[in-house]
Amino acid sequence: MPLISTPTVALAARIAGIGLIGPGLDDWPAARALLAGEAAHEPAATRIPTPDLLPPAERRRLGAVVKLAIATGLQAVRAAGADPATLATVFASSGGDGANCHAICETLAGPDRLISPTRFHNSVNNAASGYWGIAVRAMAPSTTVSAFDGSLGAGLLEAFALLADSRAPVLLIVYDHPYPAPLDATRPLPDAFGMALLLSPAEAGEGPLLSLSGFTDAPADTLAEPALETLRRSIPAARALPLLARLARGEAGGVVLDYLDGLRLQFQLGA
Amino acid sequence: MTPLLLTHFTATSCLGAGLAPTRAALAEGRSGLSRCDFETATLDTWIGRVAGVEDVVLPDALDCYRARNNQLALLGLQQDGFLAAAQHAAARYGAARVAVLLGTSPSAILETELAYRRRDPQSGALPAEFDYRGTHNIHSVAEFVRAVIGCSGPAWVVSTACSSSAKVFAGAARLIATGLVDAAIVGGVDSLCLTTLYGFNSLELVAATACRPYDPARNGISIGEAAAFALLERAPAAAPPGALLLSGCGESSDAHHMSSPHPQGLGARMAMEAALAGAGLAPADIDYINLHGTGTPANDAAEGLAVNSLFGRDTPASSTKGATGHTLGAAGGLEAVFCALALADGLIPGSPGTGSVDPAIDIRYECRPRPAVLRHVLTNSLGFGGTNCSLVFSRVPEA
Repeated sequence: MPLISTPTVALAARIAGIGLIGPGLDDWPAARALLAGEAAHEPAATRIPTPDLLPPAERRRLGAVVKLAIATGLQAVRAAGADPATLATVFASSGGDGANCHAICETLAGPDRLISPTRFHNSVNNAASGYWGIAVRAMAPSTTVSAFDGSLGAGLLEAFALLADSRAPVLLIVYDHPYPAPLDATRPLPDAFGMALLLSPAEAGEGPLLSLSGFTDAPADTLAEPALETLRRSIPAARALPLLARLARGEAGGVVLDYLDGLRLQFQLGA
Repeated sequence: MTPLLLTHFTATSCLGAGLAPTRAALAEGRSGLSRCDFETATLDTWIGRVAGVEDVVLPDALDCYRARNNQLALLGLQQDGFLAAAQHAAARYGAARVAVLLGTSPSAILETELAYRRRDPQSGALPAEFDYRGTHNIHSVAEFVRAVIGCSGPAWVVSTACSSSAKVFAGAARLIATGLVDAAIVGGVDSLCLTTLYGFNSLELVAATACRPYDPARNGISIGEAAAFALLERAPAAAPPGALLLSGCGESSDAHHMSSPHPQGLGARMAMEAALAGAGLAPADIDYINLHGTGTPANDAAEGLAVNSLFGRDTPASSTKGATGHTLGAAGGLEAVFCALALADGLIPGSPGTGSVDPAIDIRYECRPRPAVLRHVLTNSLGFGGTNCSLVFSRVPEA
C-alpha cells in the first residue's frame, strides 16, 4: 500500500533496551517470552514497583502513574547498561495522573478549596518527566506529548525526529494508568501499561534496527492471541504490542502501529 | 538548525483579540490585568482575562469540544486571518502535510471542575453531558484546532507546564526537518480555571497585586489566559528582507525540584546556550531577551543569574508577564508572537507593573517600551518539573 508521506532523511534507530510493565507482565523478559509464544499468559493485575532512585521524601509524593513511567524507563536503561543522566527523554501518555486530578477536582468542588501544594505540582502533565530528571540527574532535553489514543504514535514521531536531529540516544517512555471513579466511567482503561524503548543512532550501538517508513492509511497490525489483542485495543500505550511481538520473535518485517484516524505509522524492523 | 519562516501569527490575551490591540498595548507599555472576577474564585489576586470567551460559539459539528479552552482557541484562530492562512497552507501542501502541534497545560480542566460540582448525589457519577475526549483529555485542543482548520497531518499536544508552547516550535522544526510534513501550525492555548488559581495560591505564589516581574517587591504571579498561533514553513534559500525566522531552539531540564527553579538557573542557561548554538549566534548577537519573568522571587532571581552569566549586563531584557499575566502553557507561544512583533515593529517591550528593578539582579532590564532596530531576539520559557525552552527569532535585514 502506498504511503501517505515518507521522510526525506533516514529515520532509523537501534533498539538498545526495552522496558515493559503491564497486566501479568512485570518486565520485558516476561513479556518477550509471552509474545514469542514460549510462555502462557497468566492474567494478573499490573504490579507497579516503587522506584528506588529517589529519596524517601520524594518517593512518597509519587503517584502511581509517575512510578509506572519511571520504573518502565529504568528497565530499558538498565537492559542497555546506559547512563540515564545523559539521555534525552520523550514521555507519552494518553492521560495524566487521574487520581491526582480527581483529588483536586473533589477539593475544588468542596467548601474550602484548599489544594495541597504537592497535589498541585504533581498535576502538571510532565510530572513523570520532572521526577525522572530529579531521580537520575538528567539535564538533557525532555518532553511530554499526548494525542489521546494516538499518544504512542506521537511519542514515536517525536522520539525519531529528535534522534534524527540530535544524533544522540533518546529514551521513549509510553504509559497509561486507569482513572479512579467517577472519571473511569468516562474513560475506561482496564489496567496500567508502560512501555519504554531506548533508541540509539542507527550507526552506533547494537540492537534491532527500527526504521520509520512514513505515514500510512493501512490498518494497524493486530495480535493473534485474543487476550493480547484486547490489551492492545483497550490501553493506548499497548498499541505498541505488534512491534514488541516482532521484537520478541526476532522477526524482521513491516509493522503498522496505530496513531490517528487515517494516519498510522509504517515501520520496518531489520534483522 | 535550518531556519523556518514564520509566515503568519496571531495572539489573543487580556491585551485584546488579535495583533492590533496587542501591538498597541506593547508599544504603550499597558497592562491588561484586572482584579480577579473569574467564576466563583474568591482569591485576592489579579488575572489576565480575555473578554468575551464565554460568548464564542463552536461550530455545531464540533460541539463535543465545548469548553472555555476551545472557545478561546477558536477566538484566537479567527484573528488576523490566521484560520484562512492555515487553511490555505493545508490546501497548498495537502492536508496531511501540515502538522498541528500545540502547547497546553491546565487546558480544559475547568469543565471537569464544574462537572465535579454536579455529580450524582447517590452514585457520584459525572453528569451525562461531560465529554471526556472533547474536553477533559489534554489532546482536546489540538484535535479541535486540527478539525477547525481541516488538517489531517500529524498532531499532538506538548504538555510540559509553562514551557509547553515554546517546545512545540522545537518539535515542529524537527518534524519539518524529517520531510514528513511541509508546514506546522504551532502555538499554545490555556484558559483560566480554579485548579491553577487555587493551586498557585497553595504554593503562595499568587500575588495580591498585579504581578511585578524583576521588581525588588515582587511577590508572585498573576494568572492569565491566551491563545497564540504561528504557521511555520520551510524558508527559501534567500528569505526576503523583513521576513521573520525561527532560527534556534534549545531545551533542557533542571533535574532539581518539581516547583522551584535551579537556584543558579543552570537549566535555563543550558537552554539559552543550546538555542544560540542552534541559531549559530553568540550572546552578543541577541538584541532583546523576552524573559520568562513570572514575578516570583525565585524565578526572577534564578533566571536573572542565568541571563547575567551568559549575556552580562548589556542585552536589553524584559518580561511581558506584567502585561498579560502568566498564561502558563500558552506563555511560550504568546511570547514567541511578542518576539515576532518586536522584530517586525522595531520595539523593545517594557514591563508594566515593574516599578523599579531588583538591584540584586544584574541585567539590563527594560521597564518601559522603546523603539530599537532588532535583528535577533530570544525568549525563555521555564516550567514546573524543571523544564526549560529558549527560542531565537530573527528578522532578515533589508539589503
